[in-house]
Amino acid sequence: MKRIIRKNRVRSFHQARWNEPIIFELGSAGERGILVPKAEEEIVEKVGNGFDSIPAGMRRSVPLKLPEINQKRVLMHYLRLSQETLGGNINIEIGQGTCTVKYNPVVNDKLAASEKMSELHPLQDTSTTQGILEIIHRTDLMMREISGMDHFSFQAAGGSQATMTMASIVRMYHRLRGEEEQRDEIITTVYSHPSDAAAPALKGYKIITIMADENGRPDYEAFKAAVSERTAAFVVANPEDTGIFNPRIKEFTDLVTKAGGLNCYDQANANGLYGIARAREAGFHMCYFNLHKSFGTPHGCGGPGSGAVGVISELRDFLPKPLVEFDGEKYFLDYDIKNSIGKVRAFIGTPQVVLKAYSWIMSLGAEGLYEVAKVASLNNVYLIKRLLEYKGLELPYREDVQRIEQARYTMEKIAKDTGFSSGDIARRVMDFGMHIWSSHHPFYIPDPLTLEPTETPSMEDLEEYVETLHHILGEAYNNPEIIKSAPNNSTIHMVDESSMDDPDQWCPTWRVYQEKTKVE
Amino acid sequence: MMKIGLIVNPIAGMGGRVGLKGTDGEDTLIRAIQMGAISEAPEKTIKALQQLLPIKEQLLVFTCSGDMGENETVQAGLYYEVVYISGRNTTSDDTVLAASSMKELGISLLIFAGGDGTARDIYRAIGQEVPVIGIPAGVKIHSPVYGNTPKAAGKLAAEFLSGRQVQLVDEEVIDIDEEAYRNDVVMTQLYGYLKVPVIDKWIQNKKAPTPLSDKASQMSIALDIADNIVKDIFYLIGPGSTTKALMDVLKLKKTLLGVDIIRNRELVKADCNEDEILRIIGDSETELIITPTGGQGYLLGRGNQQLSPKVLGKIGKRNITIIATEGKLIQLNGNPLRVYTGDEGLDKELSGYYKVRIGYGMSRMYKVEG
Repeated sequence: MKRIIRKNRVRSFHQARWNEPIIFELGSAGERGILVPKAEEEIVEKVGNGFDSIPAGMRRSVPLKLPEINQKRVLMHYLRLSQETLGGNINIEIGQGTCTVKYNPVVNDKLAASEKMSELHPLQDTSTTQGILEIIHRTDLMMREISGMDHFSFQAAGGSQATMTMASIVRMYHRLRGEEEQRDEIITTVYSHPSDAAAPALKGYKIITIMADENGRPDYEAFKAAVSERTAAFVVANPEDTGIFNPRIKEFTDLVTKAGGLNCYDQANANGLYGIARAREAGFHMCYFNLHKSFGTPHGCGGPGSGAVGVISELRDFLPKPLVEFDGEKYFLDYDIKNSIGKVRAFIGTPQVVLKAYSWIMSLGAEGLYEVAKVASLNNVYLIKRLLEYKGLELPYREDVQRIEQARYTMEKIAKDTGFSSGDIARRVMDFGMHIWSSHHPFYIPDPLTLEPTETPSMEDLEEYVETLHHILGEAYNNPEIIKSAPNNSTIHMVDESSMDDPDQWCPTWRVYQEKTKVE
Repeated sequence: MMKIGLIVNPIAGMGGRVGLKGTDGEDTLIRAIQMGAISEAPEKTIKALQQLLPIKEQLLVFTCSGDMGENETVQAGLYYEVVYISGRNTTSDDTVLAASSMKELGISLLIFAGGDGTARDIYRAIGQEVPVIGIPAGVKIHSPVYGNTPKAAGKLAAEFLSGRQVQLVDEEVIDIDEEAYRNDVVMTQLYGYLKVPVIDKWIQNKKAPTPLSDKASQMSIALDIADNIVKDIFYLIGPGSTTKALMDVLKLKKTLLGVDIIRNRELVKADCNEDEILRIIGDSETELIITPTGGQGYLLGRGNQQLSPKVLGKIGKRNITIIATEGKLIQLNGNPLRVYTGDEGLDKELSGYYKVRIGYGMSRMYKVEG
């Protein structure tokens, strides 16, 4: 009988292919998944027919154009699509650097999906929601310990929205001091997340970015030249997406504080810092964490996220409202936040995600969080050492500067030798049921690859990933044809990317797709 | 039948092997030959042309006699017609004359083998009227108009001619001062722009993830500057394709290699020399908008001498706005932007960190060195 040999780490894989049409093209007129029974007469008598109460101006004049499909076909459709993806839980999830894709304990999803949570409504009287309010408040207290900040809001639904929240606080703070017009610049660094520039830009700020010095850290001299009486804030990630930590960060934040600006810490890369370094001691006035990703709840696309924004007490009254507070007897929603920036999302954000994060933190405890940071960093150091055994794969800047929980590599030499870019390698990685990410654009580091192993993969997982990547890099030299045609084992083979540059070929919605593919 | 042009500079690259850093100038060529240099351009050209064999039935190559194209085309096995006959010892005039006559014949692509000197000659002859692909065969290949390798140049040509949707991008024709280079001083100068089809895999000095994003960045910078133009102030617009985007936004014609003056969104004078600039701006408040040109990131002093120390003294450091796409800055590999005005004191004064405008409301702190 054929036996699957475990020691073969370079896996043989083939993705499912269903050639499944778009759901709008499925079904037929009159086909139904559920036949909704007519309301009983008694009910109609009491509440009417359900339509008359809707104001005439809000009623549809034409029926909604939804696909008409039976239940089995709907289920089949989405199961098929799910087989055509590379979900985090069926592959080794270390290739999506800077996204902290880790294993998220399923038990926490069960909690969030339980009736106790799913049957809650945000408009319920708070006397009936004390449980979830307590959990939110307790999570707030724990986040304060982790960061050194004094108050947290969980209203933002993701990292970019949290950055937007921080930028809004910055604006409100300077407005009340009469300096809103004068302070129109926000400084960030090129290896911070793009949202650190984009969100303040949306808020109307001029953005100044700082390049890295020869050690890969933000250039202090350039930073010094950028800080002025026009500086509203400094928004930065540390470690940055290169995995390099800036140990002089306090000098940077001090400079901004002295110039009258605020310091905002993007802690999306916090996975290697729990119990080791805190925002307050580094001179930050506010920070945000991703409860999804960093705190054990699934990545944004796997469920709603939560960007937890924390501030020092002087800025508490700028946070979005309401805040969850405790008066010694009961938990309540405090709407009386006098300088609040208002709301960034409905109600109090996504409490399910806070619940999952709370459960994750409680299951680890303080010691456990510290262990997470250590193991995430250790895994990263191990991965770097093993990957760099392949000649030609390198760490940009200085290799002796320690990377924390992730690392950006460069395959510049391999690209020069073979003509293959990091994009080509990424296509081939898919043939092994895995994934690898290059970097945000533009590429400051030539042919980059960014990997973040986190604390959850086993040694065996890391080895499988390393050997697969080494195998592919070897192919770049010895079997180039197989990379040229990759992905060979995916549902869709090599895509002509030229359409990415052609707005005429973009179809962001079903309606646009119909319009652009119309046969005259 | 598609008509394409082919020009080979048979002496390109001969100086390299014998350490002469280029073959511009007849004396240098003679020295190179005496030192045992052999011509490598023909072989490289054949490698490139072979990539066109799959579409050979649709192609007619217009080329020059002998080693300037005919011999290589025969060896590669393509259909051809000789449209220019060169003498035994070819010079840069041959390149110019051949390119001009090919343009007249209505070619849809011009392939040339050579280096930056050859690219300059091609630019002189055809400007931006015909798309061009360079086969890297010279010693100096600073202009981003060549394929990564001769084979890559051929493949790019094949894709372009097969009708694949390819962006045409204005790329700089840069050359260095060979005399200075022989003394180990690298000084680049911008000579013009050629239209180059770009598929990033196969072209050298890829500037940004996509050509679209580099173009989009230029537009974004231009809109920022245009939206913030101050009434009654003179603006000196320096050379370059990034500054041209600004003039495009303002619907004004740009002198690509010169300095134009605008005021209140209207052209005051195109292509000014130093005297004209001084006369027009007088003592009025003036802002200079410049972009680095050429591979070395020269802001001042290379190719724009009209921006003299006298002019710069009038404008003042705080009225200099530097604009550049991120792609251009990345290309500098962390090296500073440079000024070389001929006045050491002024160069020093102009040195330091600038907020280089890289997009709408976006700047990058970047060092300028004298």
